This record gives sequence, C-alpha cells and structure tokens, in this order.
Amino acid sequence: MSLLDVRDLSVRYGSHEALHDVSLSIDAGEIVTIVGPNGSGKTSLLRAIVGAVPISAGRIKRASGLILGYVPQRLHIDPTMPMTVARFLRLRRGATRDQIASSLSRAGVPDVTDRQMADLSGGQLQRVLLARALVSRPGLLLLDEPTQGLDQPGSAAFYRLIEEVRRDTGCAVLMISHELHVVMAASDRVICINGHVCCHGTPDVVSSAPEYRALFGSGTGGALALYRHDHDHAHGHSHHGHAHSDGATCNHAHPENEAAD
Amino acid sequence: MLDDFMTRATLGGIGVAVATAPLGSFVVWRRMAYFGDATAHAAILGVALSLALQVSVFLGALGVALAMAMTVNALSGRTHSMDTLLGVLAHSALAFGLVAVSFLQGVRIDLMAYLFGDILAVSRLDVAAIWSGALVVAGLIAWRWSALLTATLNEDLAYADGIDPRRERLVLTLALAVTVAVAIKVVGILLISAMLIVPAAAARPLSRTPERMVLTAGIIGSMSVLVGLRVALVADTPAGPSIVCTAALVFAASGTVSAFRRATLASA
Repeated sequence: MSLLDVRDLSVRYGSHEALHDVSLSIDAGEIVTIVGPNGSGKTSLLRAIVGAVPISAGRIKRASGLILGYVPQRLHIDPTMPMTVARFLRLRRGATRDQIASSLSRAGVPDVTDRQMADLSGGQLQRVLLARALVSRPGLLLLDEPTQGLDQPGSAAFYRLIEEVRRDTGCAVLMISHELHVVMAASDRVICINGHVCCHGTPDVVSSAPEYRALFGSGTGGALALYRHDHDHAHGHSHHGHAHSDGATCNHAHPENEAAD
Repeated sequence: MLDDFMTRATLGGIGVAVATAPLGSFVVWRRMAYFGDATAHAAILGVALSLALQVSVFLGALGVALAMAMTVNALSGRTHSMDTLLGVLAHSALAFGLVAVSFLQGVRIDLMAYLFGDILAVSRLDVAAIWSGALVVAGLIAWRWSALLTATLNEDLAYADGIDPRRERLVLTLALAVTVAVAIKVVGILLISAMLIVPAAAARPLSRTPERMVLTAGIIGSMSVLVGLRVALVADTPAGPSIVCTAALVFAASGTVSAFRRATLASA
C-alpha cells in the first residue's frame, strides 16, 4: 500500500477555496514533485498533509507508523531565542548525539553543530532543516521549495543531496519546486496543480501534456511562463467539477492567494 | 525562621523569580510583553471583587487573570489585532476594577499596595501561595518544554511533529495568569511585567541555548531580589521597585559586556 493516500482533498480559507478535489498517492522510495503557479495551492497541500491546515473535504491517509520529515518554506529564527544547531536537532524526541552528528554530515554541514541558528547562511539553514527532518529517519520527506534563496550551483547541489538521501535511506520525497528544468531531471513523477490536479505522470508525460503547456508554455521547460501567470488554458476533459467562466476555458488566476503560497 | 519579615520577603521574591524565569523567556521569545501587562492590569478588578466577596486576593486576581487570558486567547486573530484587543480588555478591566473599588463601603484598601506590591508584608500563607504557584508554573513549562520550544520556533514544524501549537499557547497563557496572581503581593501590578522581561532580557546575551537562558534568568532574578531587598533595608527605598532597579542594572551590564565582546571579536 502507498505511504500516503490523499483522496478528494479540499482546503478552504474562509470563502476562498485554495484546493479542491485533489487526489494523489506516494509510494515508498519515489521522488514526486509538485509544480504550479503562485497561488495554486502547493503550499496549502503540503500543510494539509502535515496537519497544519484543516481540510474541508476529502481525506488524507498515512501508512501506519509513517514518520514525516517536514522542511518548511521559510524558517525565521528570532534572534531573541538562543539556539545552537545541535539543540535545534535535539528538539525531536530521543535524538542522540550520534544521530545528530550523522544527520548533519549526511546533509553536508558537519561543522555547524555549535553555531547559533540565527547566524547560519541561507544555504546552511536549509541543510540544517533537512538534517532535522532526517534525524527521526522519516519514511516520507516533505520539502516546500527547499532551494528558495539559493543560487543555481547551490540548488543543484541540494537536489543532488536529496537524491543521495533517497538512495541511501530509501525514504520517499514529496517536494514543491519552481525550478522546472531540475524537476524534470530529478523526479520520478510530477504533479502539476492549480487549485486542482491539472495533470500528473512521469516528467515526459507531464511536460508534453496540454494542461502543463498551457500553464508553463512549451519552450525549454517553460521556466519563464511559470512566473507570467497568464494561463487561460483549455482542458481537454471536463471532470473537474468546478464552474468555468466560459465553458471549456478555465481562468485559474487566484491573485488573492498569492501571499498564502 | 519564617518569623522574620526579611526572610519571608526573600523567600517570596525568589519564588516569583522561579516562576518568571521560564515564563519570561517565552514572553521575550514570543514577543508577548504586552500580554503580561494586560493580564496584570485586569487583576486589579480581581482584587476589588475578592474584597467585595471576601475571598482571598490571590484567588480573585487568579480568577480574573485567567478569564482575561482565556478571552484574549480565544478572540485574537479575528476582527481586531492582538494589541488592540489587549488594550481594550486590559484598560476596561482596570477601569471597572477602580470603579468597583469605590463601591466597597467600609473597606479602606490601600490601592498603592496592589499597584506597587508590598513584599515586606508577605505572610507565611503568602509564601506558601507564591511557592505553590511558582512550582505549578515551572512544572507546567518543564512538562511541555520541547513542545513549547518547537511551537515557538515554527508552528508548521510543530504540526508536523504532532504538536498542536494552540494547546501550547494556552499552556503559556494559563501560566501567565498564575504568575500574575502570585506576583501581585511581591512587586505589584505595575511591575509584574518587569520581573517577567528584565531578567530574561538580561540573560539573553549570556546564553547559547534556551535552557541556559532560563537558568541565567532565574539566577539574575533571585540575585535581584536579594540585592534589592538589602538596598531597601539599608537605604529605606521601596522594596519592589528596588528589586526591579537591580535587575535593570544587570540588564545594562550584560548588554554592555556582550557589545564589548562583539567589538573585540570584530577587531580581532
């Protein structure tokens, strides 16, 4: 059975529906990437899976005994709180000194153990967050734009690290990414969402799907189109069950949700 | 031994420092300073009610502080922002408290004693109440320690670890109400926030982990009680304010030391 099974999930913020009828499942050991424009509900989906936002419909089923390792989009460590890296990793119950040291070296930052969290660089902080997620040997890693704020070599190195972690520990990975060229190379499956699941499948299938092209354009991964957000696109099928403004064309702009993403 | 008023005052003051060290650290980390003020202001209504109903001041203050804390906890994040809500509730409760006091016929209460505290008049029963309250607060925080720290760092991280940040916030809110009720007699309503914030803030530059900060805040708070009481006795100054002044001087000293240390590191 799958590690994680999401069926017909909907998430609402007041009267705004961030996600509706989202179904997906994650199997052991696979890397699945979620792509989608700003405000498409990617972060809401991850937060619903960890239980940080209430779901308004559907269900989320985790395999029994599944341990989640979550790396949030941003972590602001307030400088009023003194916190060494080692102490931060020990916040997960029962982490031993050895586990902490091996997680940190696994994540490529073996020398920061005694540094203050507030003094870390952006890249170091991301790796420390990953190390924290790894301490409890998770079956599923959830990463929300883990390379945000890293330069290109930094983010390429980070994605290589994720693959190594998967290879060595066998954990599955569900991550959100904006970097389409990397996504297509590093993922087993890609799920393209925009309030609902637009399309999903292997990177080949998704990058040639009309829904994906409509969202991201068809050029070299369409990286620029991702940010343009002018995606009035036609779905070839009509099973989405939401009202379209003019029949076949759906306008998925969710400007009011930009900040929540 | 408890016959001596200085001994009782010292024990009472250190009891308050035991409660305010861990709680004050969270108040600093979560930027809840105004929350302590508001709860304390509301407590004057509790004082008036307890005099009218002839129950102990400790119980009255505790009841109103709890009600206030729960109300703010429940209402925050809706139509009004937290600071507006606190301002409305705190000052309304204070005003209702002062009006209620004026209705108390035949009872002459020394309002000053509640605003500034009267640590030298602490009785054996007060010492017992202070230490019971302090141990409840310290125990509550010790019990929830890891969860409280995680929820303070990041709420989503807490959810992913199976911790409910709302429950942890409630724990802190309840602990704050107990502390305010306990500290009224010692430092008074106006200076409770000082005992929460000043020792914790003074401890910050001297600490590398949350545990060290709480421990250091406890030591600074207790030392301030000892020194402040001594000064009050020798120089005949008001006791509660003398304690807070001592803590404030420690804050200035620790800030200076750490600034100096940073400057040395930078030039080295």
